[in-house]
Amino acid sequence: MGSFRRDKDEEEDGPTNIYQNLEKTSVLQETRTFNETPVNARKCIHILTKILYLINQGEQLAAREATDCFFAMTKLFQSKDVVLRRMVYLGIKELSSIAEDVIIVTSSLTKDMTGKEDLYRAAAIRALCSITDHTMLQAVERYMKQCIVDKNAAVSCAALVSSLRLATTAGDVVKRWANEAQEALNSDNIMVQYHALGLLYHIRKSDRLAVSKLVNKLTRSSMKSPYAVCMLIRIACKLIEEEDIPSEELSDSPLFTFIESCLRHKSEMVIYEAAHAIVNLKNTNPRVLSPAFSILQLFCSSPKATLRFAAVRTLNKVAMTHPAAVTTCNLDLEGLITDSNRSVATLAITTLLKTGAESSVERLMKQISSFVAEISDEFKIVVVQAICALCTKYPRKHTVLMNFLSGMLREEGGLEYKTSIVDTIITIIEENADAKESGLSHLCEFIEDCEHVSLAVRILHLLGKEGPFAATPSKYIRFIYNRVILESPIVRAAAVTALSQFGASCPALLSNILVLLGRCQMDPDDEVRDRATYYLSILNSEKPELYKNYIIERENCSLALLEKALSDHLNGELNSRFDISIVPKAAIVKEEISNDMMLITNTPRVPKITREEESAARLALLPGIQVLGPIHRTTAPIQLTESETEYTVQCIKHIFAQHVVFQFDCLNTLSEQFLENVRVDLTLPEGYTTRAVIQCPKLAYNELQTTFVIVEFPPDAASSVASFGATLRFVVKDCDPVTGEPDSDEGYNDEYMLEDLEITVADQIQKTKKNNFQVAWDAADSEEWLQAEDTFVLSAVSTLQDAVNSIVKILGLGAANLSEKVPEGTHLHTLLCSGNFRGGAEVLVRAKLALSEGVTLNLTVRSTDQDVAELITAAIG
Amino acid sequence: MGGVLSYFRGLLGSREMRILILGLDGAGKTTILYRLQVGEVVTTIPTIGFNVEQVTYKNLKFQVWDLGGQTSIRPYWRCYYSNTDAIIYVVDSADRDRIGISKDELLYMLREEELAGAILVVLANKQDMEGCMTVAEVHHALGLENLKNRTFQIFKTSATKGEGLDQAMDWLSNTLQSRK
Repeated sequence: MGSFRRDKDEEEDGPTNIYQNLEKTSVLQETRTFNETPVNARKCIHILTKILYLINQGEQLAAREATDCFFAMTKLFQSKDVVLRRMVYLGIKELSSIAEDVIIVTSSLTKDMTGKEDLYRAAAIRALCSITDHTMLQAVERYMKQCIVDKNAAVSCAALVSSLRLATTAGDVVKRWANEAQEALNSDNIMVQYHALGLLYHIRKSDRLAVSKLVNKLTRSSMKSPYAVCMLIRIACKLIEEEDIPSEELSDSPLFTFIESCLRHKSEMVIYEAAHAIVNLKNTNPRVLSPAFSILQLFCSSPKATLRFAAVRTLNKVAMTHPAAVTTCNLDLEGLITDSNRSVATLAITTLLKTGAESSVERLMKQISSFVAEISDEFKIVVVQAICALCTKYPRKHTVLMNFLSGMLREEGGLEYKTSIVDTIITIIEENADAKESGLSHLCEFIEDCEHVSLAVRILHLLGKEGPFAATPSKYIRFIYNRVILESPIVRAAAVTALSQFGASCPALLSNILVLLGRCQMDPDDEVRDRATYYLSILNSEKPELYKNYIIERENCSLALLEKALSDHLNGELNSRFDISIVPKAAIVKEEISNDMMLITNTPRVPKITREEESAARLALLPGIQVLGPIHRTTAPIQLTESETEYTVQCIKHIFAQHVVFQFDCLNTLSEQFLENVRVDLTLPEGYTTRAVIQCPKLAYNELQTTFVIVEFPPDAASSVASFGATLRFVVKDCDPVTGEPDSDEGYNDEYMLEDLEITVADQIQKTKKNNFQVAWDAADSEEWLQAEDTFVLSAVSTLQDAVNSIVKILGLGAANLSEKVPEGTHLHTLLCSGNFRGGAEVLVRAKLALSEGVTLNLTVRSTDQDVAELITAAIG
Repeated sequence: MGGVLSYFRGLLGSREMRILILGLDGAGKTTILYRLQVGEVVTTIPTIGFNVEQVTYKNLKFQVWDLGGQTSIRPYWRCYYSNTDAIIYVVDSADRDRIGISKDELLYMLREEELAGAILVVLANKQDMEGCMTVAEVHHALGLENLKNRTFQIFKTSATKGEGLDQAMDWLSNTLQSRK
């Protein structure tokens, strides 16, 4: 009876996992069994399974433990049990990265991979390559070559794939196996052929000529393996993109002809790959696109769900680049809205949203709401992204969309999903002034019941930034103060900061805010109390300039550079005070909206590094660079040569307070020579002085090397805008193209003219973003500030938007209050922008524009430096 | 009668004898292993790690471990010492320069407690080479006369010609059997 009950219990629990409660130490103890002779294969297999299970569960083995386990495992090579041996291979692969001295099994594995037992060979190759490093590889090279051309497909595949993996660490050795890979390419086996192409391409991919040759040869022969053909299509596409073939010449290109011919291949996979490739090409024309789109359209009505998914996903991706072509598939996409596969349906709807007319938005939104609850978070994010794009496209539809988004916010969902919604709402608020009030109130509602701390903090920050300038700021106070009462310390601290923003920007609310902040001083958390005390004392001072500097516009230093500056300070002599103004401000990084945003991206976002942070790390290597102080700004690279010339040079300007460091990245494209003592000679305009030239000692073929010139700015800012002549000078030595050995020690001097360089006003200005420009502008009406004013007629531009764009570009300033966008149908516009000149002088610019015959511009510049103010007015003229 | 014999053999040979082949790199260990296993000279490459094979000699089963002799691999020998019944130590008789190193490695190894009970067979290999050391010279160079408490024997061999291996294996199997 008892046993019966137990059986029943087990049935209810379902199959239990016998490996569930493993303990690392006891499993490692058990590995002693491996040392027993004769080997008990069954027992050892079981123990190995446990080890693999543990490792795959994320259990960390210390190097010592792993090594002991590994050496115990090597004893199992004495057993002839096939299953045990294959388990040992798996064990080797798992432990190879943790254990030490794993080369001990090299001979044993080499024997297995060349032996008679076919069951061993492929697995032995994979295990061998996991333990082999660059130096040991030469010892087994001969065997690898043999295995690549082995008659057994599994062996050949294993060798090819392993070679591909090795190529990342031991590229030069693997390169020598190209002949074998070439032979494997002729194999009848589809997988062998595919992997062989993969390896060959990898070996040759840095040599464009060799790749073209390979592709040209293979496109003429017809390969048996559809996988290989797909790969070939991808390579061909890459070549087309690299050669940058213009769209009208596309049909004449043999590469494109090949891809097009694949549209008539017998394998669906190849047909899809070809269609996908064509619609994703950069330069295309309607004539070449239409057959590809016809294929995708055809696949939309395929009975196979995978094909429908592939087709609609591709259409979704290119909806923004080829809206007209995708629209031709609209009828088919409409049919897919009710597809039983929700992923297909979601993609279909979002594609329609992207291409659809403004009038159809409401209808489609209704359709989505009918099933949005049924789809996974991942696809909900796709829907949100589509909505985000719609908002930018049809700003007038924001009410419908905003309501929909707020509905979604209220539903259950993970952090990533909620973040994407909040992101979208914030984007809408930033881009569309009309949507601001409703967006803020939706967000307020959301934080009333928000479990995600990071989102609550972001929204509170936004409320603090935007709320004070809304029609009725007071209504946000309740939402914010509720957070102080109800939430965790992090959120409470953010709420305190937001409250203080209202206090600083809305004099009417100040007395109330002071009371609330006073209450916050009783908070149990240190940070919250500290912030409350800090803001209280500033607000009690009743000095608007303090509000501005310490509440409204807290300086956003680049954190990476601040850290560096602080550590430099600590390492230096500590008799001077740390001056925070020398740390560059964080640049406002505005992401370009790419078409990719429509696609599901699972890759984690890379933390954003500004160009300045990147170059600070690089320049730190230059001797004596510290005396120049912190870096102010780094410009985008400029090409000083045509592409496809003997030498290509690009220049990056690093601007410091009093100096400019020109960084020249040089590339030598001639394989039969290398250059020595490479430097750039600059013809300096008056006022500039050269401080140092850092040569590049040797520039070998196809290696990017850098040379620097450090120049001091003229003392007066007015003459800093100038142009520089540039010549590349070097010693040429002829050499053997293959080995790179010089033919003789004698070289000769030579030079190469580069295009002129310029230092502009924009180069010297780091943009800033003022949240409330008017406050800053009014505050700048004081003694320390100087003003310059002038009126111009801009003849080169015909619209206000063009004028705004060119002013922002010429001056390199950051626009405030969305003033860089000119509303349609207006004749008057005011552009407000700000920035920091090198050396720290602040610059505020108000540009009043009027459209009559041309564009008339009244420019007022306020700056803490007279020279700078004049320089900026002069730059426009 | 045969039944009785096989009964005894079963009792004696219940376990495979575990033998290690050690020696400096290039002494001929791998060649000896495969000469014993398949009776032929196979082409070998320097052993990185080890080879393990089952060798049957006169109805006795041996499990033979041939460990690589390169300097970098010698430290790992000790990982394979436990439960060893016999050691075959191979010396390149033509390599007068390194006989000293060979001696040091041998003495170092014999000091290991795990090998205290193991029988030692020294093979003065490559006797076919001209100008090589004689057995007596090798015996002396390795300092074998000072060995105490160790069952051992030295043989002159040529693995490539297959000479001397049989005598060595005969002695080894007899000694191992008589110990049981």
